[in-house]
Amino acid sequence: MADGPVAEVLLRQLAAADGGLDSAELAAKLGVEHQAVVGAVKSLQALGEIIEAELRSTKRWELTAEGEEIAREGSHEARVFGSIPPEGLAQSELMRLPSGKVGFSKAMSNKWIRVDKSTADGPRVFRVVDSVEDEVQRRLQLVQGGQAEKLGEKERSELRKRKLLTEVTLKTYWVSKGSAFSTSISKQETELSPEMISSGSWRDRPFKPYNFLAHGVLPDSGHLHPLLKVRTQFRQIFLEMGFTEMPTDNFIESSFWNFDALFQPQQHPARDQHDTFFLRDPAEALQLPTDYVQRVKRTHSQGGYGSQGYKYNWKLEEARKTVLRTHTTSASARALYRLAQKKPFTPAKYFSIDRVFRNETLDATHLAEFHQIEGVVADHGLTLGHLMGVLREFFTKLGITQLRFKPAYNPYTEPSMEVFSYHQGLKKWVEVGNSGLFRPEMLLPMGLPENVSVIAWGLSLERPTMIKYGINNIRELVGHKVNLQMVYDSPLCRLDADPGPRQTQGTA
Amino acid sequence: TSEKEIISKEQGNEKAEGASDVVLYKIDVPANRYDLLCLEGLVRGLQVFKERIKAPVYKRVTPNGEIQKLIITEETAKIRPYAVAAVLRNIKFTKDRYDSFIELQEKLHQNICRKRALVAIGTHDLDTLSGPFTYTAKRPSDIKFKPLNKTKEYTACELMNIYKTDNHLKHYLHIIENKPLYPVIYDSNGVILSMPPVINGNHSKITVNTRNVFIECTGTDFTKAKIVLDVIVTMFSEYCENPFMVEAAEVVFPNGKSYTFPELAYRKEIVRADLVNKKVGIRETPENIAKLLTRMHLKSEVIGDGNQIEIEIPPTRADVIHACDIVEDAAIAYGYNNIQMTLPKTYTIANQFPLNKLTELLRYDMAAAGFTEALTFALCSQEDIADKLGLDISATKAVHISNPKTAEFQVARTTLLPGLLKTIAANRKMPLPLKLFEISDIVVKDSSRDVGARNYRHLCAVYYNKNPGFEIIHGLLDRIMQLLNVPPGEKKGGYVIKASEGPAFFPGRCAEVFARGQSIGKLGVLHPDVITKFELTMPCSSLEINIEPFL
Repeated sequence: MADGPVAEVLLRQLAAADGGLDSAELAAKLGVEHQAVVGAVKSLQALGEIIEAELRSTKRWELTAEGEEIAREGSHEARVFGSIPPEGLAQSELMRLPSGKVGFSKAMSNKWIRVDKSTADGPRVFRVVDSVEDEVQRRLQLVQGGQAEKLGEKERSELRKRKLLTEVTLKTYWVSKGSAFSTSISKQETELSPEMISSGSWRDRPFKPYNFLAHGVLPDSGHLHPLLKVRTQFRQIFLEMGFTEMPTDNFIESSFWNFDALFQPQQHPARDQHDTFFLRDPAEALQLPTDYVQRVKRTHSQGGYGSQGYKYNWKLEEARKTVLRTHTTSASARALYRLAQKKPFTPAKYFSIDRVFRNETLDATHLAEFHQIEGVVADHGLTLGHLMGVLREFFTKLGITQLRFKPAYNPYTEPSMEVFSYHQGLKKWVEVGNSGLFRPEMLLPMGLPENVSVIAWGLSLERPTMIKYGINNIRELVGHKVNLQMVYDSPLCRLDADPGPRQTQGTA
Repeated sequence: TSEKEIISKEQGNEKAEGASDVVLYKIDVPANRYDLLCLEGLVRGLQVFKERIKAPVYKRVTPNGEIQKLIITEETAKIRPYAVAAVLRNIKFTKDRYDSFIELQEKLHQNICRKRALVAIGTHDLDTLSGPFTYTAKRPSDIKFKPLNKTKEYTACELMNIYKTDNHLKHYLHIIENKPLYPVIYDSNGVILSMPPVINGNHSKITVNTRNVFIECTGTDFTKAKIVLDVIVTMFSEYCENPFMVEAAEVVFPNGKSYTFPELAYRKEIVRADLVNKKVGIRETPENIAKLLTRMHLKSEVIGDGNQIEIEIPPTRADVIHACDIVEDAAIAYGYNNIQMTLPKTYTIANQFPLNKLTELLRYDMAAAGFTEALTFALCSQEDIADKLGLDISATKAVHISNPKTAEFQVARTTLLPGLLKTIAANRKMPLPLKLFEISDIVVKDSSRDVGARNYRHLCAVYYNKNPGFEIIHGLLDRIMQLLNVPPGEKKGGYVIKASEGPAFFPGRCAEVFARGQSIGKLGVLHPDVITKFELTMPCSSLEINIEPFL
């Protein structure tokens, strides 16, 4: 309501005005409450750049209730004067008039009237002059008309002493035309309504413009965890490459499958209490594949399958010890063992992504548990060149094309190679994975044919995720101390279309 | 096995140091190349690789005079049964050589010797001693000597106390600490050479001026003791009057048998050239492969039908135990990055692991239902899965870790709920309501499994707000069942919830979920005690079910 007619008038006035106009003056001019004009200003401001309004605070003189009465009906003294007929009035009667008391003394001091105390029925009041100028009323009317400045300082303070005037501070707006000034704003609609659509009235109505700089309202939604979004992409890559997912839903493993089956000697540092979580309960594996265990034992302690072996006293108790698996390679070993039992041999490509556990010292990039990604290919006559070729395809799908290979040592792969890629952001070669051909001492006791090679590689899921999402502290990503806002805000995981450092550099 | 030469060439961290324009290389020595741990071996390896020198031939020689003898008594059997020994005769140390000699021993101790547990090395000035030597084991109170760099004599008991505060030696005390007898080596005059694996005697201490060194290695792993001795003597016999000649020592075992050390055994392997080509994926002539291997310190020549390569494995290369180790050395010498990349022709059809496939599908729809995915630890404290949920630990069937470094790793979780509640506690500043879920594995003991435990794939969800929101969690269950195509009702493999009890839940606000005829989990409003124990302040309802019955 308020912004309807008043706003319209305001705009028309503004169109005609030179430069701008004052909200209080306009209110006075239109004879409306100042607040109504202020409301109109505010609603017009909300529409954008139609008007500009500058807040000003001005001091202004206003009439008190008594002052207004006087402006309307004349000063008390004038009214007293007016009520006295030529034959005079009894003073007692005069005092009963509404303005009697104040008006009498003022009229007396103005010497407009006199008192004759000699009359028979008490003192009687008579006019002294024929007519009077009611200065007080005139001045108050001036103030009422917004022309208080025409009065002198002395006159105003005298009126204020008589409690006819007060000085008020008024907040007004200095309104001027905005960059999108128009007088025809008032009919703007905010939103399209079903009624407008059915009546077709939308055709004739202007609509309030949207502020496209403002943010939208985010949808109320659930979110997937960034690390697991990356996991999904890695699964996808393996599936695209024809790799079958291995079961890895056993966090608990026997030392046998975790170490011995991989030809990792029993005194190896990885089997130390400082590196591996051993279990108190259940402390020992209940079953191990007996014949296979014997072959593994022989390979470790005496050699065989063309190997010298490690030549030490291999102990079954050690192999029975249960651990939280330290790598998913134990699951790969189980899968390869199952594969070896199938005759004739059929080539296989396997992958897994799951949790592994290390009893390590924790820091900003290391936790006691992390996710390992592992890929395995078993076939006749696989070469180191094949491993590198598969790695090239795999990393290309991750958006990593510059690869280098470095010799390394793993107890269960030979040859072994660490994989490095050039990181554009860090400007250096960073290790992105570890790989190799599984040792014959691991494969042959399983029963795999002699000319079958198995190539394998592994990497952690956390590291590429931290690089991708720019996270420095692993605790913000994994575990209960996760920053949920980060989870809410994290973008899609598109590994091959990384808008990261590489492309920013290109466009810069 | 791997070789550092290539690394230095390909990965070399070239950085100018100060004003010097000499290129520096950072060399990674693989953990199984004990022959590259000291400068002597590294330089020798590089020289051979660059074909500047031929690999030296290490020889064991019997002295003209009396051979040094080490006699092992049977008392050692229970604590540290093996010992080997050798002599470096007429060696010439300098300050640098001496330091390198000490450093190599320290590196070997840390590496192959497993912090002296498997093998401990003692080196002595032979001229201060007189053989034959005796390796025996005695009661700690009966062992008294002046240890290395000390000015007075102590008993073994006193030494164990003194070294408790020694930052270096305190790590080795545990190896013998609680044994009734400690190993000890004497010379024929009763002088103590060493008390392995802790400390040598001061009497036979070697210095830069020492000319004849007696080396003994004692241990629990005979093979490794022999390897360690071979490494030391092959590296430092270079500085003997007759380079690479090592004087033999005789070791008499308790059974009376006597052996001569160091072994310095050369072994021959024959590998077919086409095997090397086939494993690496290259096409090199047998001659070239032999040359590559020779440069890797594996002297090789083509023999027989022209396709066979005979490789001589020197005593420095204990890491070579199989033909695949030889293949790797050929590949390294060829240069990994020079190998042609090819794709294997392996044809396979991919399959997802059904449990993970179901998990992936459910995750997306849980997020679509407005819940946010958490990823919490599989390991936690006993308190998290028991006390805080009002349970006794014995009721959880949890697996227990024997060697946790902190309480955070005492058990594997048996429920996903604590992880989600801790996630909320760490995110209390986030606007309400908080709706979280996780689909992951829990672990319980199970004697029907080979390892005595098994995982179950659980789905857990929590709703945290100013009101408990049971209807929201209940609605989520209904939605999940809808997604899994499980109809409501007990018939036809449907699902129902029935009033239940649980210490984690507010009385009367807990129900058990039955689906396909079995109990799969619970939902309800959490007990205020649980909320408080997880440092939360608002009402919370939760759902946790096993999803494996829906496979």
